[in-house]
Amino acid sequence: MNVNLKINDRPVTVEAGSTILEAAEKLDIKIPTLCHFKMDCFHMEHRSASCRICVVEVKGRPNLAPACSTPVMEGMEVKTNTLRAINARRTILDLLLSDHPKDCLTCPKNLNCQLQELAQEMGLHHLLFKGEQSTYNKDLSSNAIARDLDKCIMCRRCETACNSVQTVGVLSGVGRGFKAVVAPAGLRPLAETECVFCGQCVQACPVGALSEIDYKYPVWRALNDPGKTVVVQTAPAVRVAIGESFGLEPGSISTGKMVAALRMLGFDKVFDTDFAADLTIMEETTELIERVKNNRDLPILTSCCPGWVKFLEHQFPELIYMPSTAKSPQQMFGAITKSYYAQKIGVAPENIVVVSVMPCLAKKYEASREEFSRNGVRDVDIVISTRELADMIREAGIQFDQLDEETYDSPLGESTGAAVIFGATGGVLEAALRTAADWIAGEDLQEIDFKAVRGLEGIKEATVKVGGLELKAAVCSGLGNARKLLEKIKRGEANYHAIEIMACPGGCLNGGGQPYHHGDTTILEKRMEALYRADAGLPIRKSHQNPSIQKLYEEFLGEPGSHCAHTLLHTTYIDRKHPKK
Amino acid sequence: MSDQCCCCSDCGAMPPELKRKFDELDRYIAELHPDDNPDRSRGFLIQILHRAQGLFGYLPEDVQKFVAARLKLSPAEVYGVISFYSYFTDKPVGRYKINVCTGTACFVKGASKVLDEFKRRLNIKEGETTEDGKFFLGALRCVGACSLAPVVMVNDKVYGNMTAEKVADILKECAE
Repeated sequence: MNVNLKINDRPVTVEAGSTILEAAEKLDIKIPTLCHFKMDCFHMEHRSASCRICVVEVKGRPNLAPACSTPVMEGMEVKTNTLRAINARRTILDLLLSDHPKDCLTCPKNLNCQLQELAQEMGLHHLLFKGEQSTYNKDLSSNAIARDLDKCIMCRRCETACNSVQTVGVLSGVGRGFKAVVAPAGLRPLAETECVFCGQCVQACPVGALSEIDYKYPVWRALNDPGKTVVVQTAPAVRVAIGESFGLEPGSISTGKMVAALRMLGFDKVFDTDFAADLTIMEETTELIERVKNNRDLPILTSCCPGWVKFLEHQFPELIYMPSTAKSPQQMFGAITKSYYAQKIGVAPENIVVVSVMPCLAKKYEASREEFSRNGVRDVDIVISTRELADMIREAGIQFDQLDEETYDSPLGESTGAAVIFGATGGVLEAALRTAADWIAGEDLQEIDFKAVRGLEGIKEATVKVGGLELKAAVCSGLGNARKLLEKIKRGEANYHAIEIMACPGGCLNGGGQPYHHGDTTILEKRMEALYRADAGLPIRKSHQNPSIQKLYEEFLGEPGSHCAHTLLHTTYIDRKHPKK
Repeated sequence: MSDQCCCCSDCGAMPPELKRKFDELDRYIAELHPDDNPDRSRGFLIQILHRAQGLFGYLPEDVQKFVAARLKLSPAEVYGVISFYSYFTDKPVGRYKINVCTGTACFVKGASKVLDEFKRRLNIKEGETTEDGKFFLGALRCVGACSLAPVVMVNDKVYGNMTAEKVADILKECAE
């Protein structure tokens, strides 16, 4: 059913149940918002109407109406910019700012802050209210997510991300009135909670209350240490997002410029996590085929995503036999660099610094997990996010958009199309299917696009015939969707051979460390499209055909699944629900 | 309570008295059938917390986790509700919970004088427990007995028409 109304005297027809905000969008009338957060493709909407910045005047209604949560009605007459609405908005913003620090210059969200943007748009040049300021200690307990509650405006978008979308359930409004904060149970520091560090709360936070733990300085220090060989790896999803930080169109593939910039920053070798993604496929697919043939421990779950792995360890410890034991590409890269590559260049592992550039904040946590070191040397030393790399490039005065394209160093920089799609939900499974199909059929198959597993939907299914086998697979992104699927598996209602799970809705392209999208999902679609474009443009599109990978097995690892491969490239999981005393 | 605890790994070591309380809370929750309509299970939260605090005296973390698991809510959400209502406490409190109503009617009729007298005699501040663990002193908003204002509650017992002079009598009564 449709509803007719007028906004600023212009008629518009929208579906019943729409909000004034949605009707205004249809007319390209912008109503300012702050606490409202909507991501249609993930069925997420945070509509708490708590900030009241979007108030408008509705004819016949005595009080102002919040546009984000007021449903339209037949014959409604809305005015968005009456003096009363403008005054109310300014007062609201003034009050919000009265309890918000004004240290924008040093804030991690400076120039990416929606409150700052609002103050600028509304032309607020002096503040009337000088009120009490909240003071809390910063939570820097984890090595992934920083919480600075002085900056929190209580929009509670992070709660929706954490509780409704991810069902991790770590954050909640605590206390009341002026003393209310968003915090974990018992006001514990984040490191002591079930937080998986996916960073979706950081993406949702409109201000600087949530941000990443910054590791730029340790990278600068390593780069300026003459005694260290500093090696960098870049994750698949970084190359299709980093350009946004320098004004390039979303969906630009900036691989070559990024490599050039990394070399200018002073990295001794610029390598690619994609190489390790190909390696992951070798190990994981071997495990998949072995488990399917012996019909044991099915379904096999992917283990590339540290947020998802931690979620499983906390929430479904009874299923920890299910994920592939293969380490994530980031960790495989570290392990191979500090063994195979260290030997090759004749440098002691302790004198090599592995820096990762990740779209992710959980990768910071993953690199610090106890299992991921050998003889006291960490596999991966420092992890920075896409945003932090962009900051470093800016700090070094490099004109990113002007750079000539360069290529990765050899041998850990060679990769295939199967690896680059790891950055999108469905990519890991598609890459595994490409290799599994070839291996089972024993030939070089030409049909390699598994389109059923592509796209931003939360849960996707596909049945693939390979050789005499019918493989049932599922792809899942967003931990809320993962929970649904895992509960089905526990009840015995789902029958799959393989499932790919990524913590962030849409996969790594929407990671917590990516440039802020502020809820604009078209950016995510363009990043995804760019990843598949990059895949299609590569000469080799199957992991097992990567010549550097083949050489790695010949010279060093032996066969996939060999003893040496298991020592270096596989891991174990921990029951975090019933910790050993 | 089922054999396998949903919240901790040390049920085996739980003292029988504590286990009895958990069992009783479990029975109470079961009677509400929260699983029949999971979308509405948070509607039971406050009454369950009320009962739990009655049983345990306060709401320790294990109890919060237990309630959260039974209602399929996150522990953070349960903690959020506990922290919102001044009635709930996650810290152990004295055997005698003295609560002075400071709602509008009681306030007007001199509740603050009564509260001050309790503070003076017990030598503690609002929200604290005496060192011997005997008395807790708190301030409540309206308990719905405005005609008796000002009102003091000691555990479940209501004392109306309070004056500062009566404070000593109440404390003496508790000592007996």
